[in-house]
Amino acid sequence: MKIAIPLLLLAYYALHQDFWNWTSARPLLFGFLPIGLTYHALYAIGAAALMALLVKVAWPSRLEAWAEK
Amino acid sequence: MIPTLFVLAYLAIVLYIGVFAFRQSRGQAEDYFLAGRALGPWVFLLSLFGTHMTAFAILGSSGHAFNFGIVTFGLMASSSAFVVPVLLLFLGTKLWAVGKKFGHITPVQIFRDRWECGHIGTLIFFLQAALLIPYIIIGVMGGGTTLSVISGGLIPFWAGGLLVAVVVMSYVFFGGMRGTAWVNAFQTVLFLTFGMIAVFVIGNGMGGFSTIAEKMLNDPKTAHLLSREKFSPLAFLSYTFNPLSAIAFPHIAIFCLTAKKMTQFKKTVMLYPLCILLIWLPCVCLGVFANQAQEIPAMAAKIDMKMATGRPVVADDVMLQLLGHFAPEWLAGLLGAGIMAAVMASDSQILALSTMFTEDIFTFYGARERFGQKAQVTTGRLFIVLVTAFAYFTALNAKASIFDLAVQFSFAGFSAMMPLYVGALYWKGSTKWGALAATIWVAGATIALFYAPRGFTVMGLAPVVPMTLGAAFLLWMVSILTPKPSANTVERYFSV
Repeated sequence: MKIAIPLLLLAYYALHQDFWNWTSARPLLFGFLPIGLTYHALYAIGAAALMALLVKVAWPSRLEAWAEK
Repeated sequence: MIPTLFVLAYLAIVLYIGVFAFRQSRGQAEDYFLAGRALGPWVFLLSLFGTHMTAFAILGSSGHAFNFGIVTFGLMASSSAFVVPVLLLFLGTKLWAVGKKFGHITPVQIFRDRWECGHIGTLIFFLQAALLIPYIIIGVMGGGTTLSVISGGLIPFWAGGLLVAVVVMSYVFFGGMRGTAWVNAFQTVLFLTFGMIAVFVIGNGMGGFSTIAEKMLNDPKTAHLLSREKFSPLAFLSYTFNPLSAIAFPHIAIFCLTAKKMTQFKKTVMLYPLCILLIWLPCVCLGVFANQAQEIPAMAAKIDMKMATGRPVVADDVMLQLLGHFAPEWLAGLLGAGIMAAVMASDSQILALSTMFTEDIFTFYGARERFGQKAQVTTGRLFIVLVTAFAYFTALNAKASIFDLAVQFSFAGFSAMMPLYVGALYWKGSTKWGALAATIWVAGATIALFYAPRGFTVMGLAPVVPMTLGAAFLLWMVSILTPKPSANTVERYFSV
C-alpha cells in the first residue's frame, strides 16, 4: 500500500498533462465544449472518484485516535 | 440601479451574520480564532472551499480565459481538483491532529514546537505575512471592480473597494472565525447556485454557445483560444505546482484546525474536485466566449485592443460585463451578489494574519502572559483594521491584473513553502536549520521575482518550479548536516 498509493497518485498526476489534445479543438462536446476542456472536466470528475477511493483505503484512522487520546 | 441594490442588500446580510456570530462568542482566543474547533462537516466543506475560491477564481479566471482561452482551466482548475484534495487528505488531517493534540492554533506554533526554535518561527511568520498581503489586495480590487461595473460607474472603484473593505473588516472584527466560516459557507452556496444560472442566461443571450464556438473556430484570430496550441507543454506542467500553495496558505492551514472531528475531512476531500469543476468551468467558458461579445462597447474595445497589439489586456471585469448586458436586472443583481461573495473571500486571509500576529508574535513574546486573553483578542481586532486599511490603499494603486498578482507572488511563494509542512509533519530528520535555509531561499526568490520581467521562465518552466524544488532540496541538504531536535520532541510527533 505504501508504494501503490504514491504510484497511483503519480500516474494520475501525469495524466493531467493530456498530450493527446494539444492542438485540436474538435470534437466539440454538446456542440461547444472543446475536446481539451472536456478532457480536463472529466479529469476533475475522475479526481473526485479517486479521492473517494483514497478515503476508503488510505484514511489515517490511527492518526485520529492518536490526536483524540 | 436594481443590481446595485441587490449587492448592497447582500453586504448587509453578511454584516448581520458577523454580528450574529459575535453574540455566540465566548471571548476566548481559541473561540475567536478557531471557532472553538467545533465547525460541523457541511460548514467545514463549504467554508473551506469558499475560503480557497477568491476574486482570483471568479474574476481572474474569466479574465485570463478571455486572453488565453481554454488553457486556463487546465492550468489552474483541473490541477487543483487533484492536488488540493490530496494535500487535504495527507497534510490537512495531520495538521488537524497535531493542532488538536498539542493545542496549536497556527502553522508557526507547530514549526516552533516541532523544530524547537523561536526566532526562525518569527522569520517564517514575516514571510507568510508578506506573501499573503497581495492576496488580500486582490480581494479589495475585486470588490471595487464588481461594484463599479454593476452600478454602471455610479459607484467608483475607490468607493466600491472601500465599502467592501469596511464590510469584510466589520464581520471579521466582530465574528472572528465563526462569523467568517458562516459567511463563507453562505457565499459558496450563493455562488454555486447562481453561477450555473448565469451560464445558461448569458449563453442564451449570446445566441447559444454552439454558434459562438463554431464562429470562433472558423476565425483564425480566435481558433487558438479553443485549444492549447499556443501554450508550451513545459509551462503547462509548471502550473501544476501552483496548487501546492493551498495547504501552505496560512488561512487554509489554520482553517484545517477548526474541524470538530477528523472525519469531517472525508466529505471535503471527496467533493472538492466537483466544487472546483462547478465554479471554474462556467467562468472559463464565459471568459473564452466573451471574445464574441462585440455588441458590448466595453468588450469590443478590449477585443480590438487585443487584436491590434497581440498582447493580453486587463480583463478582470469580463464576467461582469456579460452579466450586465445579457441578464435581466434582477438576475444581474443576484449574480452580482454571488460574484461579490467569491470576491470577498479575503476575509479569512485577514483573520489568518490577525491570528498569526497575536499567536506568533504577541503571545510568543510574552504579551498574553502580561495582559491576558482579552487583550490578545483586542490586539487581533486592531490588527484586522490595520491590515485592511493597508490593503485598501495599496489596491488603489495596483497596476497588475488579479490573475498576475496572485500567480506571481502568492502562489509561487506559498507553493515553495509547502516542503516545510511535509518536512515538519512527515520527516523525523528535518531540522530548524533546514527550515531556515528553505525560508531564506523562498524569501530571496520572491524578492528576485519582484524585479524579474513579466512572464519570466527558467528553462521554459515557471519560477514556481525552481522555487519549490530549491526549497525542498535545501530543507533536505541542510537538515542532514545539522543537529536534530531532541528525541523527546521527535517521539511526541511521531508516536502515532
